[in-house]
Amino acid sequence: VILVVAEQREGKLNRASWEAIAAAQALAMPIAVVVLGGSVGGVADELAASGVAEVLVGEHQALAVYTPDAYTMALRGIVDTLKPSFVLFAHTYQTRDFAPMLAARLRRSLITDVTGVNGSGAGATFTRPMFQGKLAAEVKPVGEAPYFISVQIGSFRADAVQRGGKAPVRKVDPQIDPAAIRQAPDAPFQEARQAVDLGQAERIVAVGRGIRSQENIAIAEKLARAIGAEVAASRPICDNGWLPMERQIGSSGQTVAPKLYVALGISGAIQHLVGMKGARTIVAINKDADAPIFEVADYGIVGDLFEIVPALTSELEKS
Amino acid sequence: MKIAVCIKQVPTREWQPRLRDDKAWIREQDVSYEMNEPDAYALEEALRLREKHGGEVVVCSAGPARVQQVIREALARGADRALHVEDDGLGAADAFVIADALAAAMADEQFDLVLTGLQSDDQGHAQTGVVLAERLGIPHSTIIMEVQVEEGAAGGAGRLRLKRELEGGWFQWIGMPLPALLTIQSGINQLRYATLKGIMAAKKKEIRKVALPAGLQPAQQIVALSMPTRSKQTQMIAGSAAEAAKELARRLREEARAL
Repeated sequence: VILVVAEQREGKLNRASWEAIAAAQALAMPIAVVVLGGSVGGVADELAASGVAEVLVGEHQALAVYTPDAYTMALRGIVDTLKPSFVLFAHTYQTRDFAPMLAARLRRSLITDVTGVNGSGAGATFTRPMFQGKLAAEVKPVGEAPYFISVQIGSFRADAVQRGGKAPVRKVDPQIDPAAIRQAPDAPFQEARQAVDLGQAERIVAVGRGIRSQENIAIAEKLARAIGAEVAASRPICDNGWLPMERQIGSSGQTVAPKLYVALGISGAIQHLVGMKGARTIVAINKDADAPIFEVADYGIVGDLFEIVPALTSELEKS
Repeated sequence: MKIAVCIKQVPTREWQPRLRDDKAWIREQDVSYEMNEPDAYALEEALRLREKHGGEVVVCSAGPARVQQVIREALARGADRALHVEDDGLGAADAFVIADALAAAMADEQFDLVLTGLQSDDQGHAQTGVVLAERLGIPHSTIIMEVQVEEGAAGGAGRLRLKRELEGGWFQWIGMPLPALLTIQSGINQLRYATLKGIMAAKKKEIRKVALPAGLQPAQQIVALSMPTRSKQTQMIAGSAAEAAKELARRLREEARAL
């Protein structure tokens, strides 16, 4: 059996959990899904409507607010009892926080950020990016099962999950020693309300490291004005304070799907790609022909953006 | 406060990948290396915490002899001394082996705080820090954007107050006892660079070499590396800047209808 660990917050299922179920279905083994929380509400029934064999619900007061210690204790007990061949997660920030601890405690393999499953059953191998997406690695777990696998967000299609009849929902009793939880979290919060909602923008011109200095962002702004686009950026640009954090696209910023996305000097690290690969038309201009951004681009120009972008702007101003 | 910073040496961003003949790893002789960028932010945070609270900053790295380059760099930026678990086999090691190697070298030091970058720019497992915390038997938190230390009364262990980044612009404050391990998010601070004085001083700082413990077990094996497959058929537009710009504008108007 494969155990999929679904993620919910305040009774709302993280959609990436469906992608983890889709990846589990690729392994062609019976699937049980577990969801943890203080009270998971309707999430269990929602999950039961997928084609899984069983939904396990682990409710405990100590799981009401996420901590890696409580999640590790709870899942360790469930894994020990169920003895799955694989344990799958979506590669969310929460998974990144506890899955390595769980795997380390059980001394079992954890393969993270998986984008593809090759083969099925116990002999399957997994594809994941390495070297910032410049290379793809085919990796196999070493040692005894269960093997822990986290799947990259957006790599498996939630709408490809084969739905079936209503799966039985079973309560499990998480074994947690509340005194052993060392993290004391406050409630999540958002910083000042976002003034720009890039999710609503029809067109976006985004800049990355290749822009080289804050002054050069004017080149992108001019192009954006010519085509009625918002200006956005990859993380390093916002880290440098060249553009405000609210204009950051990627896993730690906003996720967008505009009609047109123009990536200037963006290499295309995975953390950026997950935030924009849903755009309808993607243009990449980059000096490095091997930059991963070209893997998702519809149109690519390899060259000096400081020559190409002004030329493009004046072409587009002509209309 | 006694602070450890774990640093990895990774290929530079400009590196063009070339594979070894067996495809199971890269051709290392072609590579130039630099400090893993997220680790540079962890180092900077450690130096700032030392400036505020006193103590020392110890650089810890597991890798072949070549990683001395980034250890010296960290010492030049201001770290006090270093531990180097040296072994040729560590260049391509997975997160479990690196964490086990570091844990064996670090256990006796009794660090108050261990910082790492949130992931490496080479293998990118995003596991080493968390596994190391588990091996050292200390609590952890990941993707940290702010570190506040509340010092303990009369020599007692202090507490941390941490701002952790969640997805999509959400954050969370977390309290945690020391000793602890944190993985640091890039952009938490502004990096400093080594001064000439720092570079000179680094030459006299201690780098203690530690042998790799025998029998460490990898948790995964790379079967093969390859160039990633394109998910889309990208139309590459060639020509001079002016020609390419004109052609792109035409295609965006007529073909993609994106304007």
